[in-house]
Amino acid sequence: MKPEKKLGLATRDAYGQALVEVGRTNSNIVVLDADVSGSTKSRGFAKEFPDRFFNFGIAEANMVSAAAGLASCGKIPFASSFAAFLMCKSFEQLRMSVANPHLNVKICGSHSGISLGEDGASQMAVEDISLALALPKFVVLVPADEVATRALVKRAATYVGPVYIRTSRPSAPLIYSEGEEFTIGKAKVIRSGRHVTVLATGMLVWEAVEAASICKERGIEVRVIDIHTIRPLDEGTLLQAARETGALVTAEEHLVNCGLGAQIAQFVAKNSPVPMEYVGIKDTYAESGKPAELFERYGLTARHIISAIEQVLKKKK
Amino acid sequence: MSQSDIENLRQLTLTIRKDIVRMTTTAGSGHPSTSLSAVEILTTLYFKVLRHDPSKPNWPERDRFILSKGHGAPLLYSVMARSGYFSPEQLMTLRKLDSPLQGHPERQRLAGVEASTGSLGQGLSIGIGMALAARLDRKNYRVYVLTGDGELDEGQVWEAALFAGHNKIDNLTAIVDRNSQQQDGWVKDILNTEPLVEKWQSFGWHVIDINGHDLEQVLRAFDQAKATRGKPTVIIARTVKGKGVSILENNTNFHGVPLKPDQLEQALKELDQGVKA
Repeated sequence: MKPEKKLGLATRDAYGQALVEVGRTNSNIVVLDADVSGSTKSRGFAKEFPDRFFNFGIAEANMVSAAAGLASCGKIPFASSFAAFLMCKSFEQLRMSVANPHLNVKICGSHSGISLGEDGASQMAVEDISLALALPKFVVLVPADEVATRALVKRAATYVGPVYIRTSRPSAPLIYSEGEEFTIGKAKVIRSGRHVTVLATGMLVWEAVEAASICKERGIEVRVIDIHTIRPLDEGTLLQAARETGALVTAEEHLVNCGLGAQIAQFVAKNSPVPMEYVGIKDTYAESGKPAELFERYGLTARHIISAIEQVLKKKK
Repeated sequence: MSQSDIENLRQLTLTIRKDIVRMTTTAGSGHPSTSLSAVEILTTLYFKVLRHDPSKPNWPERDRFILSKGHGAPLLYSVMARSGYFSPEQLMTLRKLDSPLQGHPERQRLAGVEASTGSLGQGLSIGIGMALAARLDRKNYRVYVLTGDGELDEGQVWEAALFAGHNKIDNLTAIVDRNSQQQDGWVKDILNTEPLVEKWQSFGWHVIDINGHDLEQVLRAFDQAKATRGKPTVIIARTVKGKGVSILENNTNFHGVPLKPDQLEQALKELDQGVKA
């Protein structure tokens, strides 16, 4: 039985909504953008709070360091741009202006992964999670749908310290019902199962849900966990999954050698080694195309998750 | 400023220059020459211009100073110690394990340091954020950022210059320590940044061009910056790298090189004589 796919808002749209909501309750929240506010969806905040919105033009480095200056004076800046430009062009500013002094800066990279589609590889962030993980003590959030995005942006606004939020361009299938509660660092077990666990993040959570449904028809019970927080990892839930199901598959819209899978493998190898397989982009840049075509070509669909499940079950003793 | 004020400041510059050469020789590394070129600028700032209270480094109303050329850390630490942020005895812990006096300044390790710098080009942008926060909170503190002239090679400086000019951030003052040298040689040979005055003007800044070792000119420039409305101000301070120590002055082989102990003795003697002269 296939789960019913209901499209919700894109996570970037939900980010824009959440900014306005948190802006209404906290006047210290300021929003910065690098000339893409219509795309990152920070424009809604700009309209409602023009005095607390700053457009830096196409100058991401200046924006990120200025966010650090604002944070050091008690403001809570949310700075957004395309994930590729935010993380790659201003990595050094994130390192020294923000992460080293551990300032209370929130950054949001939209159009992450390859699901932005037709604009092609220059716009696609396939390494942003890795870069965020290379900034000590940065919280890394990858919401799977609009409900998760709104909830996590609100959590980010009250958490004190640097946070990276990764959003996507296309409409995202709904995973959660409105009102679902989220806590930074507490993963969501969204399907129970005892044979194998799929640990997915962002747009791949829906693919994992589909994969689990198909596997169930074949008698394989797949646990699906939404790792919406990649740092700090929910170690308890991970250990439980490794011990109870004995086999893990990770799934992410990111280079597979340096993102979610790598992060989890390091933890699992040390604490509870079990067979693992990894779904993600394999050591390459992508290209222009429709999102669904690209997911197919670069190995990010439910079908690819199922074949990883089959592989990992062969290795499971 | 009265003659006795100037004499007091001049005595302070001597103390600070001696701190710089002693600290770096004791550490066995560091950047004395880049610290020496900006001594008059920072002494004037910390003792005459900044509204600050060293006993309350987190006072929200304080003026902010950012040493964007973070390798001038010995100078910053010396003026901070001599202003009362911490004991001057601590200066000799520069660059040692567990010392808050890191090789380049880090705000989370030393109260009173406003930004973690050393990766060149970021200070002016951080200062913009602070200046915007003052605007939002309707506070009248001012933000000062010292950059090197080699540092102007960094593209981010010009992103910041463009933004501050466009947004008329007049509570922000940049000071360019124009000592004409960068690590690999003379700025004019490595990557010429002249004409500096016209460049900053064209970015929408009020520009003041001064001799950065003349205390009266330095103080006047800060007064003028404070009085300038509707534009950020940049003070181009023409200086000599290594000022006050003959072996370092205008010597392109001394970036990031401390004096040897015998050179230090010679330098301390010269500094004393220079002040008397």
